[in-house]
Amino acid sequence: MNEMVELTERDREIASGDRGEALQFAMQVVLRAASIMRAPYLIDAGFVHIDSCHYYGTAHNDFAQYFVDHGLKFEIPAWTNTVPVSLSQPEIRIDANLTTLRESRDLADLYVDLGANPVWTCAPYQLPGSPGFGEHIVGSESNAVAYFNSAVGARTNKYGDFLDVCAGLVGRVPFAGLHTDAARHGQIVFDVSRIDPGLRATEVFCHVLGHLVGGATGSRIPVIDGLPPSTTPDSLKAISAAGAASGGVALFHAAGVTPEAPDIATALGHKAPEKTVIVTSEMLRQARDSLSTASPGPLNMVALGTPHFSLTEFERLAAAFDQRPIHPDLTFYVSTSRHVANSAGDAGWIDVLEASGVNVTVDTCTYFSPAVRAAKGRVMTNSAKWAYYAPGMLDVEVAFGSLEDCVESAVAGTVVRDESIWMKGS
Amino acid sequence: MSFSAANAIQGMVLNPGSAAGEVIRLDEPLSFWGGYDPATGMVIDQHHPQSGVVVRQKILVLPSSRGSAGTPAGVAESIRTGHGPSAIVIGSSDVNIAIGAMVADMLYSSDTPVLAITLEETAILTTGLRVRIGRSGMIEPDGD
Repeated sequence: MNEMVELTERDREIASGDRGEALQFAMQVVLRAASIMRAPYLIDAGFVHIDSCHYYGTAHNDFAQYFVDHGLKFEIPAWTNTVPVSLSQPEIRIDANLTTLRESRDLADLYVDLGANPVWTCAPYQLPGSPGFGEHIVGSESNAVAYFNSAVGARTNKYGDFLDVCAGLVGRVPFAGLHTDAARHGQIVFDVSRIDPGLRATEVFCHVLGHLVGGATGSRIPVIDGLPPSTTPDSLKAISAAGAASGGVALFHAAGVTPEAPDIATALGHKAPEKTVIVTSEMLRQARDSLSTASPGPLNMVALGTPHFSLTEFERLAAAFDQRPIHPDLTFYVSTSRHVANSAGDAGWIDVLEASGVNVTVDTCTYFSPAVRAAKGRVMTNSAKWAYYAPGMLDVEVAFGSLEDCVESAVAGTVVRDESIWMKGS
Repeated sequence: MSFSAANAIQGMVLNPGSAAGEVIRLDEPLSFWGGYDPATGMVIDQHHPQSGVVVRQKILVLPSSRGSAGTPAGVAESIRTGHGPSAIVIGSSDVNIAIGAMVADMLYSSDTPVLAITLEETAILTTGLRVRIGRSGMIEPDGD
């Protein structure tokens, strides 16, 4: 089945078993994928984001154990995705049965044994030393795939579990899909230029826009026209996560903002788009409203940090609280990585947020079923991705709003939204 | 169209193996991560029209999988527990399902063919048919 894939001498040596049966199996897995993807050959990958560390059953452990038993190590830098249970704060998931807890921790240890960098984050692009423009990498978690491809200009397909590890062990990926120039051109334009410029500059707009684009783009690569050049990495994270959740978007371009889209024509590969969607205020309001399922009433929880909170978001959150306490009847979670939590701690923001009553959790995400206690009832989030997934994973009703709305609601104990930003320019 | 030896279906082999048994066909795509319980082989996606159906030891026919990075793990875990399908026949090429079955077959010495056929061909393979899959990827009626 692999006869169509052209191999280098090293590929052939590994595939023939000269470097041991475990590395041979890893190569066979990569070659199986290459054959199905109709790749003519493999290319070197410089980085892998490991999703297989996210426990979903004993098969995950048996797979990793096989490579550990054969003494293998990753060939390229391998950074770990989130895990279902925080490794440093396991007590926040009191409901998980013991086997799940134990095997989830064992699995994390196995990936450390294989030489992975234990960052446990879905936002590896926020960490120093992450891949740069033009690098071929192995991405797995959907928001990170979209962010690396779109905001960074690194190149990856969305690789599933086991293949991520095998590609990282041999350091090779099939040359197909988004690794190739031809597959990276935009095909459909979303024109946001008629939306109020003030709204366009906000992060909450980008969450809603990502949700809208994901739902309308189909299998096409979207190009967004009309985002301000000042659009922040946090806003690009919002589009990546929301678009990947609602529509499987693995790459988008934003003209004048993302690195492969200096202008709209370049983003489209100098071809006409299949379709242009003029985004109206009404479409945005509809997309925004579809993210809220909650009935009116007191809030039980606020969940921020999907994908993991960045340092700049911590700075904004501390400023928005301005040392006010959260309402005593609700729990406020912020999910982030260990690395960003350390930096936010050094800046003094964790201390002031904890003084307000905020819980900062690391290594995991609050929509895993359930990663935290009290994840039920009426929950507010600033994340379109959290709003999209949580009602299916947890016993919750969701209210979607901006980061600032979430803070005001947490202080008040009930949903408070600044509607004025949505009403202009319609 | 009825299914007979005269119109046996040649699938594209995504993971080699052989199996025989009863077809269970899903009419909508399935997510093997979140929409499917690998401990029981049951479709648990509340939005799926066949929620509650159990695919254990059946020839599972479906149009496509919903692409989640966890798909291969869901497939492999259900093969490990013995509650997974005995073969998977998909109406589109699918790396994730192929790799899930390939890894399970290596770890657990199972034999789980994964074949790609056309969407039109999935319509012929209706629930309850008894079929036989050979290592070449040929799908034929069984039990005559």
